[in-house]
Amino acid sequence: MTESNKETFMDKKLSRRRMLKMTGAGAAGVAIGASGLGGVLKAFGVPDFLEDDTSVENKVNFYGKHQSGIATEVQTHVYFASLSVLVKSKAELQELFKMWTPMAVSLMNGKPIGETKNSYVPPVDTGEAIGVDAKNLSITFGVGPSLFKNKSLGLSHLKPKELNDLPHFPKDQLEEAYTGGDLCIQACADDPQVAFHAVRNLVRAASGKVSIKWTQAGFNSIPVNKEGKRETPRNLFAFKDGTENPRSEKAMNDVVWVQKGESKPWMTNGSYLVVRRIQMHLETWDRTSLQAQEDTFGRYRHNGAPYGKENEFDAVDEDRKDENGNYVLPETSHVFLARQVKARIMRRAFSYSSGVIDHTGAYDAGLLFISFQKNPQQFTDIQNALGRLDKMNEYITHRGSGVFACFPGIKKGSYIGEALFNA
Amino acid sequence: MKAKSLLAILVAGGVVMGGCGNSDDTKKSDTKTEQTATDTKEVSLDAETKAYKEFALDQLDQFTKATEEFVTAFKDGDMDKAKELYPTARMFFERSEPIAESFGDLDPAIDARLADLEAEGQTKDDWTGYHKLEYALWEDGKTKGYEEVADKLLADTKELRARVETVEVTPDMMINGAVDLLNEVSTSKISGEEDIFSHTDLYDFKANIEGAEKIFEILEPKIKEKDAALAENLTDKFKNVNDLLANYETKDGGYVSYTKLTDKDTKALANAINQLGEPLSQMGTILE
Ligand code: HEM
Repeated sequence: MTESNKETFMDKKLSRRRMLKMTGAGAAGVAIGASGLGGVLKAFGVPDFLEDDTSVENKVNFYGKHQSGIATEVQTHVYFASLSVLVKSKAELQELFKMWTPMAVSLMNGKPIGETKNSYVPPVDTGEAIGVDAKNLSITFGVGPSLFKNKSLGLSHLKPKELNDLPHFPKDQLEEAYTGGDLCIQACADDPQVAFHAVRNLVRAASGKVSIKWTQAGFNSIPVNKEGKRETPRNLFAFKDGTENPRSEKAMNDVVWVQKGESKPWMTNGSYLVVRRIQMHLETWDRTSLQAQEDTFGRYRHNGAPYGKENEFDAVDEDRKDENGNYVLPETSHVFLARQVKARIMRRAFSYSSGVIDHTGAYDAGLLFISFQKNPQQFTDIQNALGRLDKMNEYITHRGSGVFACFPGIKKGSYIGEALFNA
Repeated sequence: MKAKSLLAILVAGGVVMGGCGNSDDTKKSDTKTEQTATDTKEVSLDAETKAYKEFALDQLDQFTKATEEFVTAFKDGDMDKAKELYPTARMFFERSEPIAESFGDLDPAIDARLADLEAEGQTKDDWTGYHKLEYALWEDGKTKGYEEVADKLLADTKELRARVETVEVTPDMMINGAVDLLNEVSTSKISGEEDIFSHTDLYDFKANIEGAEKIFEILEPKIKEKDAALAENLTDKFKNVNDLLANYETKDGGYVSYTKLTDKDTKALANAINQLGEPLSQMGTILE
């Protein structure tokens, strides 16, 4: 390259950069505030602010009162990631969430996280989702109890008192490799590669700021009936899972969404996520009689109806007794026990299968149990009610656990977790 | 060793004579493998490429000398001395690997692992170079019968040194080379698969990092001009890796055996390498 055309080349670059800066400031300068963020995003070719693109097929909205991936109709796949933070200050953590915001919007628009402008550096987006639509991708961000214990971040006074590691439950066999985390990203989509791609790119963009602690992929098979209506997916025990769940707005406000004054103010309209990696012993289950299988849940396998009822969505009546004075629902059944406490939760689980367990040769398969509730205590109450009694315990082992405070939804012009950082 | 890297393609056939020939056009078509519509241009970094070539030549001078000493000790049957010289002699090679590696025939002759050959359907008999002598010293426990291999190693090393004179160093060769050095660490050193008999992998590890760091040092002023935060981040991440490695240094300035590392240790090292690799791969921004 000669001296003179090098100059024009540099000029061109400069003016383009200046332009980007100006449009960036114009679009979101006030909301995002002055920071080095624009520079970071520019390196990724991402604008500071992006809107939901409603023209996109199979699209879940990013902006709203609540985060996506909670009330969102459950997708066929999840890629769940628990992360450790490496950043050393609150400001850096805030920058991270600011950086992730337009990236998450772009991903949920079915677009790459950024544009590649220079072929001498690796592509900005890893690219494996090119050509597919948004696939109903939802991305849910949360923060774990350990984040607030991290002294250098100075967030301890903002920890909600209900955000703690879950207590030890009877029969828990938790493995460090699947437990805890400072942050979580739950990416759900109707395509496994789209879900994986989302986490992979968010984590890569945050290189040096976070590291992966553990991840788990999961899947659901969602039947569609003759009228085109989606039905409840079955778990690996073949039982419909997710029948009894809060659905109305009132139920969601009662069970799932933190209301004003119920937690730290930064959590209003947020929700607490509990994740349990629960191994299901398929080998023993598969040699259990159909009768015993159904007794485990107190529901029929073929249509999911509760004992003594006809249809899946018929109300469960756990107090009902037969003519001999015995409960219709077996007293050790999962559903009977789950209903012995007042607490309710919203379950949004996925199955997983991750090869075989080395030392036993058993399937490493089970349920990536995910529930949302306005207080983790709701989960704890139910799990305690299941306790040692649940007949299902014979067939399952809890191996992983996490609890995360999922921020409220993001307003246009704001960023993920803003209320926490402005608190 | 890895499959044809960009850099291997660039110097394939090896002999682009002279300093900065005007081979810009052919180079461009070679590098543009996937990306098409991106606006990249060749940027001249003559001083930098010259500095890097000097570095590589110096390393290979020292490599030749160290190999000579190693081969002499080996052929004298002085196993202790040979074992002592083995890991440090290799470091010169590992530091300049982006260049040393560019000769498709010499690199395997000097540095192939048995596993690499077997993957290509060859056997122990086809095996030459440092790792075969490593096998002789640590596994077979003798030097007798390996004299020819030792002689060939020295001859190959000298040939490598001679041929490097002719290599045309390009900016993207340096930049890709730095990333390749880290990839070497990520794929074989961190798993203890480089020196499976001597377990001296950490020496190679350190040398690869030093090789990448040298490239960064040379390019640093240019990177600073373009993206000061990137330069700062790289300084930080190199320090991170070097600090971690320092935990495994021995009193004599060497490194502990790979077998002493726990899974936790290797995971921490691997993480630090990945955290360095991401910003390192952004050095190409100076070519924009
Ligand atoms: C591998 C583990 C598990 C399996 C296979 C499983 C399976 C089921 C099934 C088949 C049902 C009935 C259908 C439905 O209402 O969705 C059910 C209901 C339920 N499960 Fe689980 N479950 C598991 C773990 C848990 C855990 C850990 C909890 C919470 C601590 C839990 C809480 C509930 C609740 C609250 C209900 C609804 C009960 C009702 O109100 O009728 N489950 N589960």
